[in-house]
Amino acid sequence: MKKWRLMTLLFLMALVLAGCGKPYLSTLQPAGEVAGKQLDLLIFSSLIMLFVIIVVVIVYVLVLVRFRRKKVGEDFIPKQVEGSHKLEVIWTVIPIILVLILSVPTILYTFEFGNVKGMEKVDQNGDKEALVVNVRANLYWWEFEYPDLGIVTSQDLVVPTDEKVYFNLISSDVKHSFWIPSIGGKMDTNTENTNTFYLEFDQSKADAAGNLFFGKCAELCGPSHAYMDFKVKAVSRDEFNQWATAMQNSTEEPTPTSDVALRGQELFQENNCFSCHATTANDERPAAARTAPNLADFGNRTKVAGILDHTKEDLKNWIQHPGEYKPGNKMYDENDFTEEELDALAEYLMGLKVQE
Amino acid sequence: MNVEGKFTPQTWPDSPEKQTLEGKNKFLGFWLFLGGETVLFATLFATYLALKEKGSSITTEELFSMPLVFAMTMLLLSSSLTSVYAIYHMKNYNFKLMQAWFLLTVFLGFGFLCLEIYEFYHYVHGEHFTYSSSAFSSAYYTLVGTHGAHVTFGLLWFIALLVRNAKRGLNLYNAPKYYVASLYWHFIDVVWVFIFTVVYLMGMVG
Amino acid sequence: MSSIAVKKGFGAILWEYLTTVDHKKIAHLYLMGGGFFFLVGGLEALLIRIQLLKPQNTFLSEQTFNEMFTMHGTTMIFLAAMPLLFAFMNAVVPLQIGARDVAFPFLNSLGFWLFFFGGVFLNLSWIFGSVPDAGWTSYATLSLASPGHGIDFYTLGLQISGFGTLISGINFLVTIINMRAPGMTFMRMPLFTWTTFIASTLILFAFPPLTVGIFFLMFDRLFGANFFDVAMGGNAVIWEHVFWIFGHPEVYILVLPAFGIFSEIIPTFSRKRLFGYSSMVFATVLIGFLGFMVWAHHMFTTGLGNVANAIFAVATMAIAVPTGIKIFNWLLTMWGGSIKISVPMLWSLGFIPTFVMGGVTGVMQGIAPLDYQLHDTYFIVAHFHYVILGGVVFAILAGLHFYWPKMWGTMLSEKIGYFTFVFFFIGFHLTFFIQHFLGLFGMPRRVATYLPGQGLELGNLISSIGAFMMAVGAISLVYNIIITVVKNKKVGNDPWGDGRTIEWAIPSPPPFYNFKQTPLVRGLDTYWIEKTEGKKELTPAEPLSDIHMPNNSFVPVVISFGLFVAAFGAMYNPLNQVGDGKSWALPMLIIGLLITFGSMLFRSIKDDHGYHIHKEDLMDDEGGESK
Repeated sequence: MKKWRLMTLLFLMALVLAGCGKPYLSTLQPAGEVAGKQLDLLIFSSLIMLFVIIVVVIVYVLVLVRFRRKKVGEDFIPKQVEGSHKLEVIWTVIPIILVLILSVPTILYTFEFGNVKGMEKVDQNGDKEALVVNVRANLYWWEFEYPDLGIVTSQDLVVPTDEKVYFNLISSDVKHSFWIPSIGGKMDTNTENTNTFYLEFDQSKADAAGNLFFGKCAELCGPSHAYMDFKVKAVSRDEFNQWATAMQNSTEEPTPTSDVALRGQELFQENNCFSCHATTANDERPAAARTAPNLADFGNRTKVAGILDHTKEDLKNWIQHPGEYKPGNKMYDENDFTEEELDALAEYLMGLKVQE
Repeated sequence: MNVEGKFTPQTWPDSPEKQTLEGKNKFLGFWLFLGGETVLFATLFATYLALKEKGSSITTEELFSMPLVFAMTMLLLSSSLTSVYAIYHMKNYNFKLMQAWFLLTVFLGFGFLCLEIYEFYHYVHGEHFTYSSSAFSSAYYTLVGTHGAHVTFGLLWFIALLVRNAKRGLNLYNAPKYYVASLYWHFIDVVWVFIFTVVYLMGMVG
Repeated sequence: MSSIAVKKGFGAILWEYLTTVDHKKIAHLYLMGGGFFFLVGGLEALLIRIQLLKPQNTFLSEQTFNEMFTMHGTTMIFLAAMPLLFAFMNAVVPLQIGARDVAFPFLNSLGFWLFFFGGVFLNLSWIFGSVPDAGWTSYATLSLASPGHGIDFYTLGLQISGFGTLISGINFLVTIINMRAPGMTFMRMPLFTWTTFIASTLILFAFPPLTVGIFFLMFDRLFGANFFDVAMGGNAVIWEHVFWIFGHPEVYILVLPAFGIFSEIIPTFSRKRLFGYSSMVFATVLIGFLGFMVWAHHMFTTGLGNVANAIFAVATMAIAVPTGIKIFNWLLTMWGGSIKISVPMLWSLGFIPTFVMGGVTGVMQGIAPLDYQLHDTYFIVAHFHYVILGGVVFAILAGLHFYWPKMWGTMLSEKIGYFTFVFFFIGFHLTFFIQHFLGLFGMPRRVATYLPGQGLELGNLISSIGAFMMAVGAISLVYNIIITVVKNKKVGNDPWGDGRTIEWAIPSPPPFYNFKQTPLVRGLDTYWIEKTEGKKELTPAEPLSDIHMPNNSFVPVVISFGLFVAAFGAMYNPLNQVGDGKSWALPMLIIGLLITFGSMLFRSIKDDHGYHIHKEDLMDDEGGESK
């Protein structure tokens, strides 16, 4: 019974590991209503399936223990049984019942998660009640536009906790998929149509996870698919409002505070970076013209390019050779900046903050 | 049984296409193949409907012309009828008439094909509606063109059969071949009826 | 045409295989071709696992990694699993129904050569340096964006081998419907024949959509069509639909014959007839039918809407019912039997719990709202490897040991067989069990690497170690085959001693005409019935008479080669999207097609009536060797 011992061992090991998923990434440690219900579904279906497995294993073990040729004798000729209607009915009906039981939450939750009517609701003033975010996926970076607030940001999604946030999802090049594992299931960003869904971020869980969740692209999109990460800052409604107001007010980029930063700003303009990258949050160009991440609040980002540490050193490396870190990305890759120029650019970019 | 043996109208069996095991296999295998072809065309139809008029400035009403398509339909439908006559004579062991009716079938089919080529030529040069114009044009040419390719293949098949067997007459070896070819021709005809309805009629009315 | 064994030179043997239309020889070809691609795909898998051994590994570049898993998936599904199953179908089905060959021996050979040239074409991409990199599903937006000719190798290669599969499917359908021996009613057919029958039906209806889908992709990339180009009004979701309308039945095309193999092995080594035969047949038909109703469960996150998701979710879960019926029927077949744990039986015993595991995770993913979390993560990677490796590959390995004597006349070593099983089985669970959790921890599939500190290191390390154990198992299998071939120790008609169906009543390997006299089928498990009545041979259904046999032909190779040539022409035609059109491309395309259609015409106008083996020759022939 070697394999059973092994299976048990694996299972125990898995149980130990189960606690190890990271709170900012694991679907097993949900931090929002959707992921919570999905975990409930996972556990519920696992229990039913465990029941099936146990039944099979019991019969299986009994068969192997009792009916080995060693046991029944070399010359034993078994009775050639055709079947048994009673048994066959039993093992047809019971699975049907199990499937029916599973169907109920399946259908309920499908319609619940797919219910985006709240998106259109308006209050007395005609303003949208709920926050709507337009997510636009691009080759290896994410843009988050808040249409009702008139602001655009990228890579770091900022959302208020304890309320439903609605998402419009679309892609501008190839198909991607928007996924924040610990908050809720994924939804594809298609090229031909907008998909909509909602998520909810839990304040207490966000506190435990350091207010930061990891988001991923879940659909193969090219060589840097693995690096197409984003981060989610889930903050209280008040904090969110402060941030949104600061973003709305950033119609001009902050004045560089040092000569180095000033030199960086010049370089940014000389090298035409601004033709793709906006540095203020009120980018009014159409989506098709916004071909690179918005840098308005870059100084407050958690990562450089979604994957590198938010340090000047990593930023400098990234600017010089983006292709080395995210092969296939669309940023200009043959830069030949001097160390001094890189320092200046990094200083300037790190100073792009809408609030402290 | 000698498959190349000579028969008289009296000794010729009722279903000559199914007298040998090879014939029976061919008969069944071909029906199954047509089942697969049906799915193939169904997929093309579904795609066409999904992409109809997508990305195109030309609408179907502007593009299609009823008289031409009607003439094509008539040609193909009557060619199906003539192939029925041919099979009728095959069953009666009348080789010459069978060949003659099949020849007529080929002529009618060829007429259809010429009109289709004219139609495409007109779209490309008259309307600047080329294969690469839009998703709609790709779907249209692929659906109708796949049918056209089937017609072409069917014509070549008939011609090969008619020429190959011109001197030796009917026997149990080639009877299934004629039968299967006519089956294929009917299938093409049925597909055209759907194209006529879904693409042209619905394009001009709907 | 005597069948007396004569030592032939290598050239003669090669020519024999190139021209053969004998289903048993074609089975050999499928086994060798599929086996080769299985090793290639396995090597690719190993490289994938080496890359994922540790975070931010640089063993493979991101691009190479994408190419690697694309080719791994494509190779394993189209060039390994299907051909290997075709090998067993060819070797066994005609024998099981008492036929002398398949309905269309010529097309049988054509099917193989199309597969072979398609497979070679696809793998030439490694040599040409641009390899398919959009996953085996090749979703349209990404595959249109893919630079180089990688995707073109995918579309053209699969198109060619897809024709072969379609032809083979029709061939088996006609064979099973028309060529059964007297007394072999549908409800007396062995389960492997039944599952072949249903799988062939699925091939017939599932491959045309694939043909069309690939045609769209090919024409978008090579001839300026716009099916999937959004800017021109195209719609890439169409590809997803068309691909999965093929892709989901494809899973059953693979797994049903696998079920069939287990349904032969389990009764044999339990010395007991299959429990609930008619419900097994019913379940097979039902699975085949439902297989066409559930394709959109691969697209729950595509945004098809709540109603579609709910319907497809419930339909998907419904498949669990007939599958469950099968599992319990197998268990009850063993119940009250006399179980001998031979190598084939060991694989079958390993299969049952493994497949149950894969099945239950399948149901979990059928729950659409839960699938939003599981889709495109390592959970699904674990699930389909449990199903396809634990179901299909285990069946292929079980069948390989089980039918080896019938195919080659020798026995694989039991001892090494146990060794293979232990390493492969443990390695398999080590590799894939943990991947369920990697998925739940938030690891998407198809990632070239992962960052440290996300809780994914240990699981990936364990998984890679398992992959190496599987490799050891696979190597031991190759060793087993080599020493068995070298030893060449012949065995008798019924080497397992408990054969039940009629293929075990004739020599191993059977003479090239299979049955001197077509047998009379007296019930389910005819040979078992005859044996219990103390007879050693089947009851003949006809007096000894001349046997009609088809002639060998080289034409299938030429037809397939023509398409192979044409594919290069198509790839480098001046309209291609890569922009490296060559002036020789169009002539090459035309020449290739002329070779194909010309040889078809040649085949069609040159009469081929086959030949007869005379009664007198048959009487002298003991038929121990195939010609």
